[in-house]
Amino acid sequence: MKRRWLSLFVENRVGVLARISGLFSGKAYNIHSLTVGETEDPTMSRMTICIDADDKTFEQIKKQLNRSVEVIKVIDYTDVSIRTKEIMYIKVKSINAKQRAEIFQMAEVFRFLIKDMGKDSLLIEAIRTETKNDSILKVFKERYTNIEVVRGGPVAIECISMQDR
Amino acid sequence: MGKITGNEFLVKALREEGVEKVFGYPGACVIDIFDEIYKQDQIELVLPRHEQGLIHAADGYARSTGKVGVCLATSGPGATNLVTGIATANYDSVPLVCFTGQVATSLIGNDTFQEVDIVGVTRNIAKFVIVVRKREDLNRLIKEAFYIARSGKPGPVLLDLPKDVMAELGSDEYPDSVSIRGYKPNTKAHHGQILRAMEMIYKAKRPLFLIGGGTKISGAFDEMTKLMELLKIPVVTTIMGRGSVPTNHPLYFGNIGMHGNYAANEAVNSCDLLISIGTRFNDRITGKLGTFASKAKIIHIDIDTAAISKNVTVDVPIVGDAKEAITLMLHIAENEEKCNTERWLETMESWQKKRPIEMEEKEKLVPKQIIDAINTCYNEPIVTTDVGQNQMWTTQFLELYGKRQMLTSGGLGTMGYGLPAAIGAAIGNPGREVITICGDGGFQMNSQEMATAVIQELPITICIFNNGYLGMVRQWQDLFYGKKYAGTCLRRRKSCEHFCGNRNEKCPPYTPDFVKLAESYGAQGIRVFKKEEIIPAFEKAKAKKDGPTLIEFIIEDEELVMPMVKPGGSITDLITEREGE
Repeated sequence: MKRRWLSLFVENRVGVLARISGLFSGKAYNIHSLTVGETEDPTMSRMTICIDADDKTFEQIKKQLNRSVEVIKVIDYTDVSIRTKEIMYIKVKSINAKQRAEIFQMAEVFRFLIKDMGKDSLLIEAIRTETKNDSILKVFKERYTNIEVVRGGPVAIECISMQDR
Repeated sequence: MGKITGNEFLVKALREEGVEKVFGYPGACVIDIFDEIYKQDQIELVLPRHEQGLIHAADGYARSTGKVGVCLATSGPGATNLVTGIATANYDSVPLVCFTGQVATSLIGNDTFQEVDIVGVTRNIAKFVIVVRKREDLNRLIKEAFYIARSGKPGPVLLDLPKDVMAELGSDEYPDSVSIRGYKPNTKAHHGQILRAMEMIYKAKRPLFLIGGGTKISGAFDEMTKLMELLKIPVVTTIMGRGSVPTNHPLYFGNIGMHGNYAANEAVNSCDLLISIGTRFNDRITGKLGTFASKAKIIHIDIDTAAISKNVTVDVPIVGDAKEAITLMLHIAENEEKCNTERWLETMESWQKKRPIEMEEKEKLVPKQIIDAINTCYNEPIVTTDVGQNQMWTTQFLELYGKRQMLTSGGLGTMGYGLPAAIGAAIGNPGREVITICGDGGFQMNSQEMATAVIQELPITICIFNNGYLGMVRQWQDLFYGKKYAGTCLRRRKSCEHFCGNRNEKCPPYTPDFVKLAESYGAQGIRVFKKEEIIPAFEKAKAKKDGPTLIEFIIEDEELVMPMVKPGGSITDLITEREGE
């Protein structure tokens, strides 16, 4: 099993997301994450799909996607230099002044933003790679008992200069 | 350019597509479409008795003619009754276009009367499904539906038609071309790969063709026969591929797989080059994957990229239409010598002689006697089968000479397929003899279609092999479950003892009485007990030209389909009889 990335251009219309997700569930393929949004062409959406699969299954997934009428293009990001980011919000509640100061310090180290605050709470926004967000979340889970998290799932695009990653 | 309603346009589009028959069942959401069909006489409406019968009939029509089968059903239950037929067609790559009525767009999602999200239900079992949400999309989508259904690897397409969209006025122009950016089927086989394949063929010592249903769908009957003759390479088939070459040809060695014959399965095991065309290497033909064709290099020609290296890893993949690929191979073979396969053929012939598929005569009728009689009494008939033992016996003993002659639900294994498929085949092939071979179980799954056969005045010969059991499951129980016939005895009644000791003289009579059932529909009904009665029954059936004849053959209760590969075993690991016999 290996983590893989696919970028998928699909028709932007009702039912296409269901078709793609149905293909994964029907064939028992494991989606780690899937994000979707409209592209520069409003008739087309682009999906970033992260999958855990072995080589053989991954080949099948690509073929199965390619043969779907709704799928316009499948790009395999496995061996391609890509830029990738995920947005994650963490609301930290029931914190004291000391903890609050600590989080402001962490923001410097982990490079996330503090977007909102209440009398005993903070809202942080992290736009980092998925792995980086994983480690930020790990730290928050260890230190604070009352947190609320939402993650957007990663999006990815090929680099322009190949060295860049 | 005139403006017409969607309902009017649909009928116009069907005419433009050259559709002659629509298999349709009315309902509130399609009543306007039926009204339009009624106003004209170019397209004939075939009214079945149940939507499942409807879609299997359209399927039989499509498989036997190579044309697209057209289904029309109403919303809700009308649409859900199509589901099994859609999955059946999808699995066996049958081109169908299904139109389903839908409630008006303003009512969708309100749990309206007879509202079902049929597109949601069928999304994973069809080639393409879509709701037509706007009148201006209708013309293009109908054109695309037919194109998608019949091109590439064919399959079923469903268009869901909301009632208000269909009532709206719009263009009357049927597009002349299709361009779908996500769908560009590739039929041209790669020339370099074909050359590579041919080089391997000429170097091989024990080459073998494995032919699947894709070859039949592409219509490469003559080409395939010519190719095997030019190369002098033996052919084995899957069940779906049977009939791609004449079954009485000296180079043909039968089916492989779970109920394939010894020579064919041994050949796959021993060959050094397997050239497979149009098969997905289904588990029923490969048996245990690790041992399948383990001594061979494999060349795989298939129109579906996803079929290649899905189940069996291949050495030379070739994506393309079977007929085009075979034709390319023919061009090369015409200028070359035959392969040196003398010794290989001798070996295969010795296997064939050693263990042919046979069936002993018994007190009651055995299926081989009946199918042998079909081979002699009928002239290249179209034969549809149901599913189970009846199907396997047919694929073992029926002689086929090509030209879309045997229709069977190979992939999905849908019981109840036989009779309606025969109706569709008879409608699509007037003047040709049509037979269906069913078990007593499967026949009852769509026996209401007897009415359709009668009202359509179709001279179909309906053969029911009655052993009073759901025979194939009973066979597994017989061989692997200590003869505990759970839920497979169709004579069993509530008053029977729980452990009844199986079939004996005290068993209750069979229900229904098939002969009386046939007669109640106004069809001819015949019951056959003895060997001598078989041919006269077929003669009587053939003499009846204006309607179906049902022949009930009372066969041996516990006849087995043999040989059999033990589930999970290698295909050379054949059982030929019950343990202890």
